[in-house]
Amino acid sequence: MLATIGGVFAGLLALPAARALKKKFSKTTAPSDYDASKHKWLMCLDVDKCIGCGLCADACKTENHVPEAPHFFRTWIERYIIKKPAPNSITLRGEVMVDSPNGGRGGFPPSLVPRDEILKAFFVPKLCNLCEASPCTQVCPVGATFDTPDGAVLVDPTYCIGCGFCIQACPYGCRFLSPETKTAEKCTLCYHRITRGLKPACVEICPTQARVFGDLKNPIEDDPLQAFVHKNKVNTLKPHLGTNPRVLYANLDKEVR
Amino acid sequence: MTLQLTSILAEVAPHFDGYVYPNEAGTHPLWGVLIVLYPYITGLVAGAFIMASLVRVFRVKALEPVYRLSLLTALAFLLCATLPLLCHLGHPERSYQIMITPHLTSPMAIFGFVYAWYLMAVLLLELWFDFREDFVKWGQTEPGLRGFIYRTLTVGVTDVSDKALALDHKLSWIISIIGIPSAFLLHGYVGFIFGSIKANPWWGNAIMPIIFILSAMVSGIALCIFIYMVLSWLRRRALDVRCLDVMGMFLFYALVIDATVEALDLIHRTYSAQEGFYVMEFMAQERLFFTLTIGQMLIGTLLPLLVLGTLQVARKFVPNGIRIGLYFTCAVCILLGVLAMRWNVVMGGQFFSKSLRGVMSYKLEFAGAEGWFLGIILLSLPFIILTVLIKLFLSERMPTSGHVPHRMDNP
Repeated sequence: MLATIGGVFAGLLALPAARALKKKFSKTTAPSDYDASKHKWLMCLDVDKCIGCGLCADACKTENHVPEAPHFFRTWIERYIIKKPAPNSITLRGEVMVDSPNGGRGGFPPSLVPRDEILKAFFVPKLCNLCEASPCTQVCPVGATFDTPDGAVLVDPTYCIGCGFCIQACPYGCRFLSPETKTAEKCTLCYHRITRGLKPACVEICPTQARVFGDLKNPIEDDPLQAFVHKNKVNTLKPHLGTNPRVLYANLDKEVR
Repeated sequence: MTLQLTSILAEVAPHFDGYVYPNEAGTHPLWGVLIVLYPYITGLVAGAFIMASLVRVFRVKALEPVYRLSLLTALAFLLCATLPLLCHLGHPERSYQIMITPHLTSPMAIFGFVYAWYLMAVLLLELWFDFREDFVKWGQTEPGLRGFIYRTLTVGVTDVSDKALALDHKLSWIISIIGIPSAFLLHGYVGFIFGSIKANPWWGNAIMPIIFILSAMVSGIALCIFIYMVLSWLRRRALDVRCLDVMGMFLFYALVIDATVEALDLIHRTYSAQEGFYVMEFMAQERLFFTLTIGQMLIGTLLPLLVLGTLQVARKFVPNGIRIGLYFTCAVCILLGVLAMRWNVVMGGQFFSKSLRGVMSYKLEFAGAEGWFLGIILLSLPFIILTVLIKLFLSERMPTSGHVPHRMDNP
């Protein structure tokens, strides 16, 4: 009996201790009065609205001090050009060409494909997919990558050992090893901004509102997230992998991975 | 801006065909030659231990000349197994966090414990129980530092009565029995580190641990043959051909099973031709032709299979000298083939983009943290350690109660 009471008591003590430890070891850029359990962030992207201006990639680099080298991005834009089928090919669509020069930062150069050969062209913004079952968090050997209760997936750069396992595990190519800090880096949803009532830099700057961002636990009047999912059929990237992304896409073509 | 973009494209174009995610281009290849060596060395450990277990657990008497040599080989390689990983880390000074605050869902974190278990609870204990009687004897007869080392290694347990030695033997046998699944666990776990990555269709595979275990057995036996022969030549001692024949036999059987499972994997991939198959097929044919088709399949598998298979049925028709040469050739071919296999797994998984729209090329550099010079140093280290271990524990001039090469009675 005594042992049972002792066990229950120890359990009750252990829970807050574990929480305190988790908080201590999971450093974020949120202000001290921010309660992550009261929010659930989500982002929606409308492919048809993206014009490939690349301002989002540029704003992200500036806001988050992402390494300037042309291959490191927390968000980037891909351009898809689907060519017309070759004559007598019995297909509806031709070759698919994808590029993302400098991550789309600063816009895209004119396509090398002549205009009359293009069947369809569109831009796809990419960022961390905020997976519910994030493989990057699962494989991190020290827990430097962690899921926050409000839906962000963050990296503690003071704890990351730079093994690169999370980069290999991310199916979407959203992570990179920073050449400056030698730790894994990724989109944080501008955690330092959203926890202070601001929008992520990429959402803030998008001129066509191709990026819609919101808080599922605190819907506002005429909530853009609700409107987005009412208006569009939404999809996620690589759904077969079971990562259950919380970044939703509207008007996603089958060629996009 | 156009100029800037042109310069970027010009820089990227020679290395990539098709489209790769920008971040993949930035950190390509994330895992280089060091991560190739990590499963290679770990596999050699597991294989060498299994080789020793054939004597201790399965009582294959013909292999007694290589029992202690196999165990010491396993130890020398195990001591170096995590070095490539450590050198590869962005922050090696934080590596201890893996053991102190492990993230329990991470295969890499659990590997730390599997490694520690295997080193301390299996290999060192088995070696200690096997060598203890000799440590006591050598501690009494050897002068100077050498004697001090042996006396220290006894950790004060100097009872060499029949009863104590019988207990040593029994415990060593029990540890060996625990050691076999532990060796499978050690290297199977390395396979799981790659096999668990579902994001990468080249790696994410349920039978990856099985393939790793089987190739580890093959490479470990080949390494024991190689080291036994080199040691005998260096010491100018006659080789125990019967021992070599039995090692060759086990090598052949292990290779048959390994080749069968790897072929099954290849056939399954080709037949099911799932998403990404065509980019992987292109990558294998273009980027991995020499290491996969020539290195792994031809030199590392088919050639040794043919030679060892022929020797199994026509052994008595082949003179000893030629047989020895053939065993040595097969061992070297297999060691190279398994190294190529590790390269194909690790680098192959990074030669194509996870967008499944492009492939990348890679030129192995000489210097730097991912250069082949450091790779050669790390691969040489176990051999240097093994030399020291052999000088200390398999010395020809010291009397022994154990199974030392060249000191066995004629079989």
